[in-house]
Amino acid sequence: MSGTDAGTTLFRGVLPYGEGEPVDVLVADGRIAEIGRVTQRADRVVDAQGLVALPGFVDLHTHLREPGREDTETVQTASEAAALGGYTAVFAMANTDPVADNPVIVEYVWQRGRDVGLVDVHPIGAVSVGLRGERLAELGAMARSRAGVRLFSDDGHCVSDPLLMRRALEYTRALGGVVAQHAEDPRLTGGAQAHEGPAAAERGLAGWPAPAEESVVARDCLLAHHTGGRLHVCHVSTAGTADVLRWARGRGEGTITAEVTPHHLLLTDERLATYDPVNKVNPPLRTAADTEALRTALAEGVVDCVATDHAPHAPQEKDTEWACARPGMLGLQTALSVVVLTMVETGLLDWRGVARVMSERPAEIAGLADQGRPLRVGEPANLTLVDPEARWVVRGGELASIADNTPFEGMELPATVAATMLRGRLTSLDGKVLS
Amino acid sequence: MTLRRPGEFVTPPGRLTHRSLLLSGVSGPAGDQTSFNDPSSEAGKGVHFVAPRTRAGAADQGEQRQLLAAADVARTIARIAHQIIERTTPDAEDADRVLLLGIPSRGAPLARRLAAKIAEFSGVTIPTGTLDVTLYRDDLRRRPTRALESTSLPVDGIDDALVVLVDDVLFSGRTVRAALDALRDHGRPRAVQLAVLIDRGHRELPIRADYVGKNVPTARDEGVSVQLRETDGTDAVLLRRRGTETSR
Amino acid sequence: MRHLLSASDLGGEDVAAILDTADKLKQTLLGREVRKLPTLRGRTVVTAFYENSTRTRVSFEVAGKWMSADVINVSATGSSVGKGESLRDTALTLAAAGADCVVLRHPASGAARRVADWLADHGTSVVNAGDGTHEHPTQALLDAQTLRESLGELTGRRIVIVGDVLHSRVARSNVRLLHRLGAEVVLVAPPTLLPTGVRDWPVRVTHDLDESLEGADAVMVLRVQAERMHGSFFPSAREYAIAYGLNERRLARLPEHAPVLHPGPMIRGMEISHAVADSPRSLVTDQVRNGVHVRMAVLYHLLAGEETAV
Repeated sequence: MSGTDAGTTLFRGVLPYGEGEPVDVLVADGRIAEIGRVTQRADRVVDAQGLVALPGFVDLHTHLREPGREDTETVQTASEAAALGGYTAVFAMANTDPVADNPVIVEYVWQRGRDVGLVDVHPIGAVSVGLRGERLAELGAMARSRAGVRLFSDDGHCVSDPLLMRRALEYTRALGGVVAQHAEDPRLTGGAQAHEGPAAAERGLAGWPAPAEESVVARDCLLAHHTGGRLHVCHVSTAGTADVLRWARGRGEGTITAEVTPHHLLLTDERLATYDPVNKVNPPLRTAADTEALRTALAEGVVDCVATDHAPHAPQEKDTEWACARPGMLGLQTALSVVVLTMVETGLLDWRGVARVMSERPAEIAGLADQGRPLRVGEPANLTLVDPEARWVVRGGELASIADNTPFEGMELPATVAATMLRGRLTSLDGKVLS
Repeated sequence: MTLRRPGEFVTPPGRLTHRSLLLSGVSGPAGDQTSFNDPSSEAGKGVHFVAPRTRAGAADQGEQRQLLAAADVARTIARIAHQIIERTTPDAEDADRVLLLGIPSRGAPLARRLAAKIAEFSGVTIPTGTLDVTLYRDDLRRRPTRALESTSLPVDGIDDALVVLVDDVLFSGRTVRAALDALRDHGRPRAVQLAVLIDRGHRELPIRADYVGKNVPTARDEGVSVQLRETDGTDAVLLRRRGTETSR
Repeated sequence: MRHLLSASDLGGEDVAAILDTADKLKQTLLGREVRKLPTLRGRTVVTAFYENSTRTRVSFEVAGKWMSADVINVSATGSSVGKGESLRDTALTLAAAGADCVVLRHPASGAARRVADWLADHGTSVVNAGDGTHEHPTQALLDAQTLRESLGELTGRRIVIVGDVLHSRVARSNVRLLHRLGAEVVLVAPPTLLPTGVRDWPVRVTHDLDESLEGADAVMVLRVQAERMHGSFFPSAREYAIAYGLNERRLARLPEHAPVLHPGPMIRGMEISHAVADSPRSLVTDQVRNGVHVRMAVLYHLLAGEETAV
C-alpha cells in the first residue's frame, strides 16, 4: 500500500491543471519527486503528451453494495470502477445490509478496501441505528474504529426528525465529524416517482416536489449554525436548494458544504417520456432550469464539489415498470466526462476548477490529509491524468461495475481518464486496471 | 468546444431506442393499396384502383381499353333488370319477397339503379339494401386494415326473402362467399341469387352468377375497373392491361 | 397500427377510422340474432388485469368474443416485484404462449409502454386498458363515440371535465383525444386535484363548476375516491359534493342539449347525485354499450390487417 515498492514512474509531457508548457513528472517513494525537464531514469516511463494532470479524484458519495448486495457491486468491482474513473478515494454509504451503523461493519468495509488496494475506501457511518431515524448510532465508536469514520449519513433516508438532526450535528462536533444529509421531507414525497413538474404530471407519475428538499436544507442550515456543527448536503438537485445554500453560507458558526451529482448537472425530467427506469433516481432528475442553476452554483462554489451517488442495481430491479424500479445510477466511470461536458466545455470551469470540485474540496470536507493536494514536489502522488481530446461512447456492459444501470448508455462523451495513480502506484492506465 | 444544454445528448442512449409506437396503416381506405395480381383478394376488380390512375394523366391511356361506355353501362343495367323481372316475377300474385342487396362500394349504387329500372319496367318497387362483407373476408390478414362499409338491410329483414346480391365484378368468387356467410348471420333467405355487371372469369370457388351484364375474358394480371356516377362521377368499364400497374 | 398505448398515439385520421369502424360495427350488429363475426377467428387476445375492473375487462372480453377471437383472462394482483413473476416475465410468457394481443390494466403508470418495449421483437400488440394515473385511451375513444352520437362532430364543442383530474387516467386520455378532435376542454377541480403544469395543457382550467356549466355542450364527471380525503386533497366528502358534485340544481344550469357522462363506477351522492345519475341526460349506459363497439374497432384495427413488419 505504501507505494515504496512501486518503484519510480516518469510521466513525460503532462500539463499540470491543463496549464502552461508540458513538463515531466517523476514519482518516487509514493511522492512527487520532480517536476520539470526530468533527465533521470525511471522504472516506468509513461508517454503522457498532452494529458492534463490533476490531483486524484475524491468521491464523497458512493454505494459499494458490500456487504449485502454483492450481486450488483463489490468493493473489488467498485474499486476497479473508481480507479478507471480517476478516483483515489471513495466514501462508501452506510445503507448496506447489514447497515454500517457499528464499528464491525465499517471496519469490514475499510479492510476490504485495503485488501483490494486500488482506491482508499472510507466507510461512512449511519447517523441513526438501522437508518431508521429514531436514535443515534454509535458515532463515537465508529469514529474511533480502525476505519476512522468522519462522515455520517443515513443516505437513502433523510434524518427528518429535527431533534435527531440537531443532536447529530452537535454530537459529531466532538468527533471532528460531518453529517451528510439526504434532504427529503418524507411527508412531502410519499409515493413520489419523479420530479413534480409538468413532465411527471403528464405521464401520471406522482411528484417529488422541490420544496421537500429545499425546506430540509434550510432547516439543517439553521440547525448547523445554531449548533456550530458541520453539515454536508448530499446531491443538491434544485435551483431553490442552491439559493438556500447561497443565503445560509457564512451566516453562523456552522460549516455548510454541499455536493452535486453529474447526472443532476446534465439530465432532465424530459427523460420520463420513455418510462425507462434507468432514469429513475432519488432525488429525481429535475428541469433544465435546475441543471443550469446547479452548474452555476458549482462554478461559483455555492455547491462545493461533485459526488457521484454511484448506485448499482441489478437488472431485475431496473428493467421493470417505473414504479417498481429502484432509484439510482452508476457514476464512477462517467463522472469526469459529464463534468467536462457540462462545466468545462461550457466555459464554467477550467481544469483548476475541475481539480477543485473533483478532488480538493471533497478531500477538505472529509478531512483527508493526503488527498486533494497540490501538484507540487513532495506531495503524495495521488494523480489523475486526463486526455481532454478523447471522446468515448458509454456502454453499461463495458463498465467495471457488476451492474450496468448507466443513464448515459450510448452517449458520446468527452475526455477519458488515461491514468490514475494512488500513492505512487498506477491503479489504471489506458482504460485498464492495474492491480 | 461545443456548448451543450442540459438534457441535450450527443447520441441517443442506446437502451432508449425502440420501435416507433406510432400508428400506421389505420387511416385511409385500405383499398388504395390493393394488389392487382392477386385474384384471390378480388383486387382485380380494381375498385379503388383506377380512379387515381386515370387522374394520373393521358400517358396511361394507351395501357387501358374501354369495355363499356356510359350508354353501354345503362343498357346493360336495363337488361339485367329485365332478366331479374323475368326470373323473379315480382309483380306476380304469389311472388317471393325480392330484395336487392348491393355489396359496397359499387354494388350498392348498382342495386339502387337496378331497383329503379325494375320499378320503371314492372311498376313494382323492390327494397334495396347494402351488405358489407369486409368482416367476413378470408384475406383480411393479407392486406392493410380495411375501412368498413355500410350494412343496411330492409326493416323486414331477409328471412324467407329472395335475396339478389349485386356486385360490380365477379372474379375469384371470394367476395360472394363472404357475402353468403354474412347473410347467414343476418337471417335465412329462401334463396340467394347473384347479379354482376362484369364476369371476368378466374373463379377460385364453385360460384357462378345468375345475371351477368357482360362476360369479359381477361388475363389474371389484368384489371377490370367499373366506374359509376355515384362513386366516380362517370359511367364506364375499363380493362387495364398487363403490367401497367408495375410502375406504381 | 401495432399498439394502442396512449390517446396521443392516435392522429385525427386514426381516431376517425376507429370511431367510424365502431359505428359500422354497431350498425351491423343492431338487432341481430347472431352477434358473432368471424373476423378475428384464430386470433388470441389475453386480458391481463392487475387491478380490478369488471367494466373494462368484460367490455374487452365481449368485444373479442363477438369477433370470434379466443379471449383468455389472466387475473393478476399485487405488484410484480417480490410477489412472484415480474411483469416483464409475464409479458414474455403471454407472447410466447401465442397471444396476438395483450390488453393490460396495471397500477403503474407507463406499464403498457414498458410491455410494448419488451415485446418489440414479438408480433404481439399491446392495448393500454389503464396504466396507473397515466392513460386509458379506449375509455376516451368510447367517450368520444358517445359524445359524437349525442352532439355530432365535436369540433368547437365545449366539454367540461370535473373531478379528480390529478389522479385520473381517464382525464388525461380525454384531454388529448378531445383536443385532437377539435373540442374545447374545460377542467374543473379544486387546486389540490389538478396536475402540475395543467395551465400549459390545451384546456381551460377553473375551480368554479357553476360558472363552467354555462354554455357547456357536455359534462364528464370523474370518479373521486373518498380515500383522497386522507391525503388532505379536500376536507370532506360533504364539502366536495357541495363544491364539485353534479346535482339537479346544476343540471338545470346546463344547456338542454348537453349530456352527462361518467366513466364509472359512480359514487352517488359524492361526485354525482342519485337523480342526475339516473336522469335521461345521463349517458352512462350508452358509454358502456359503446365501449364494446369501440373496443371491437380497436381490436379490428390492431389484429385484422396484415402483420406489421417487426
